[in-house]
Amino acid sequence: MIAFFIYTNAPAQDYGDAYVSGSIADARTLVPILAADSASSEICSMIFNGLVKYDKDVSLVGDLAESWEIQDDGLQIVFHLRKNVSWHDGAPFTAGDVEFTYSKLIDPGVKTPYSGDFERVESFEIIDDHTVKVKYKEPFAPGLSSWGMPIMPRHLLEKEDLNSTPFSRRPVGTGPYIFRSWTAQEKIELISNHAYFEKRPYIDRTISRVIPDEATMFLELQTRGIDSCGLTPLQYLRQTDTAFFRKNYRKFNLPNFSYIYLGYNLSNPLFSDKRIRQAFNYAVNKKEVIDMVLLGLGRQLTGPFIPDSWAYNREVKEAAFDQARARQLLKDAGWADSNTDGWLEKEGKVFEFTIITNQGNQERIKVAEIIQRQLRDVGVKVKIKVVEWSVFLTEFINKKDFEAVLLGWSLSRDPDNFDIFHSSKTREGEFNFVGYRNQQVDDLLVEARRVFNQEKRRSYYHQIHQIIYDDQPYMFLYAPDNLSILNARFNGVKPAPLGIGYNFIDWWVKKQEQRYNRISQK
Amino acid sequence: MGRYIIRRLVGIIPLLLGITILSFFMIHLAPGKPSVLQESMNPKISMEVRNRLEKLYGLDKPLPVQYLLWLQRLLRLDFGRSLGDDRLVIEKISERIPVTLTINILSMVVLFLIAVPLGIQCAVKAGTFFDHSVTILLFLLFAAPTFWLALLLMQFFGITLGWLPISGLKSLDYEYFTWWQKIGDLSRHLFLPVVVSAVGSLAGVSRYMRSNMIETLQQPYIYTARAKGLPERAVIYKHALRNAILPIVTIIGLSIPGLLGGSVIFESIFALPGIGRLFYEAVMMRDYPLIMAEVVLGAVLTMAGNLMADIAYAYVDPRIRYKK
Repeated sequence: MIAFFIYTNAPAQDYGDAYVSGSIADARTLVPILAADSASSEICSMIFNGLVKYDKDVSLVGDLAESWEIQDDGLQIVFHLRKNVSWHDGAPFTAGDVEFTYSKLIDPGVKTPYSGDFERVESFEIIDDHTVKVKYKEPFAPGLSSWGMPIMPRHLLEKEDLNSTPFSRRPVGTGPYIFRSWTAQEKIELISNHAYFEKRPYIDRTISRVIPDEATMFLELQTRGIDSCGLTPLQYLRQTDTAFFRKNYRKFNLPNFSYIYLGYNLSNPLFSDKRIRQAFNYAVNKKEVIDMVLLGLGRQLTGPFIPDSWAYNREVKEAAFDQARARQLLKDAGWADSNTDGWLEKEGKVFEFTIITNQGNQERIKVAEIIQRQLRDVGVKVKIKVVEWSVFLTEFINKKDFEAVLLGWSLSRDPDNFDIFHSSKTREGEFNFVGYRNQQVDDLLVEARRVFNQEKRRSYYHQIHQIIYDDQPYMFLYAPDNLSILNARFNGVKPAPLGIGYNFIDWWVKKQEQRYNRISQK
Repeated sequence: MGRYIIRRLVGIIPLLLGITILSFFMIHLAPGKPSVLQESMNPKISMEVRNRLEKLYGLDKPLPVQYLLWLQRLLRLDFGRSLGDDRLVIEKISERIPVTLTINILSMVVLFLIAVPLGIQCAVKAGTFFDHSVTILLFLLFAAPTFWLALLLMQFFGITLGWLPISGLKSLDYEYFTWWQKIGDLSRHLFLPVVVSAVGSLAGVSRYMRSNMIETLQQPYIYTARAKGLPERAVIYKHALRNAILPIVTIIGLSIPGLLGGSVIFESIFALPGIGRLFYEAVMMRDYPLIMAEVVLGAVLTMAGNLMADIAYAYVDPRIRYKK
């Protein structure tokens, strides 16, 4: 009776078919701790698992670790690992693999960019085959999420030089998909892992095709050569608004873990007065920026966290667009249009500065142009300079040779932004390149890293948010929406704050709608 | 003759050295750093880590030392490893060569198969409506930007008609095809890229052909042939063509070094893994070993081409051979 009930209510999910995605660039390496580009990381996330992962609501849950305990006021974390997990080659997964991955992350000879968080570990101890203990020099809350780092198999890599191992082009992991083939600059194919510890994924195969041109990518959608890709606001609103797309595709509009800002060089006397930064914040209409640049598909924000994050302080109200108020604040700071030529002056000098941004991003250039026009309305002269990315970073940002910079931050899921706002991070090449210094924020940033209790951390981050908004080291502009499209034959897709890919192993396609069964049946 | 070749070969060495020194320093002194060291401003990648990476890649040494190390490796034909993914540079380049070479050869064949007859017809019918309309059409094609033409053709043949695949080299189930299906699949994928890459040069070659033909047709021996009462076909294709086509053969010879050259825009639009994109991406990422390997490859090919041309001239013209 019960069996019958389940049978009639839950549609039987079919196995089979393939999911074909388009990627602008080819992966570089599938050694997960070396993979710094998004194409590589995406493939690695299908093949490997970390000890922890984020669930659909962006909270940490166990992955290869069944559970964990935080001991000694956060100085120690004990991970209890899943038993009966095996590598794709059949070897069992044990604590030794975790220790091996950790030892490679802190090995100075390994070209990994991710060593930072792991250098805070004082000792790593294997308690038994399925328990490990990590001891920190001091409590480090973001450390927990750093154990989402994919774990690599010791038995295959122990004798290899990780930087040049052939493993990077035929990896072996514990994840839901098994590496099958990689044709450079063409495609990477994975097949489903029937023995995956959660369950066998329904989709038999994933193929990631390299299509470097965005226009081609969009044409491929129309021939159904790919099943999904990201969309621009124009594509999302207009170009996919046809009968064909409505019938064959589903569109998604999800939060993005990034935001765009205008950063001021605070060591420049032009911007050292807080009133000036606040005046600019009143003078620029962010709503108009979002409407013009993103066709409305973005959100205003007031602080250095993503609006959906628990760290984001919703009580901080965004300043209204008020150019009269902006002019008043500028006047209080000594800037007035004394010769009525339309530009503000102080001691005979016109208020004039340059915004720099990177080449190849039309969106940012448009934002800069809108800011330029809106600041002109309050009498401030803005110039725009666009520089190639690598030169932009080495010659302008790292050397702090700029007045104002238009940039974006892609943030990790953990809200810790010590590296961006702490006053110790202002040396050449570090990320507080605007030179923000506030003792109160410094203390709060340090404290917020030391506690694991989310309620407490939340209150620290809410205070940081409030103070930073008041100080305006950045003019916070917007968080763009993450727009994507997916072939409608995939069932089981449940959009959540984390995106759509988090439950990929639950996706499935009805037998009669499957498109790539010749491949699947092999 | 042998001595001449040896002398020329010895002369190549300082030239190659000069090219590598100049390009090595230019590339390294250009602002910017390899993107493995910069990546996309990830706050999780600290400055200490980036400095350590710089050391691991040997980029912290003084430039002349870096150059000598590079040269030392080059003498053993070791081009080093790419900074992007630590793969052997030589491997990365050689896996791109077949695609670029195939497309370039095919498009050259298509180019000459169309341009030569077209040029002849225009010459024969010089000044007629046919000649003028072909001329206008060819110049329009010549002026049309490649990417625009490519996208239009992709839209038309790929989406409106649905006859051809849009991008890539092979279908996703290629490996399960029979031998004949594979050939068919490859040709369908190669059709648009080959046509688009041939179209741009159509105007040039057919104009050459046309003017050579017009010139030849005014030669006295053509009058003689006609006076003899030979049919017009025989006059044009048997007598005139042989002389008129000679300069075209020279053009083919000149395009040989270019067979290994790729185009970024074109390869990106059709998602083809060719040499052009490899080089472009290497420059954007400041992947020094890869850039240098491509520079050396280009220099050697060009010099080999020149040498071959010179040897051919020397063979024909003894004055060059014996000059002290």
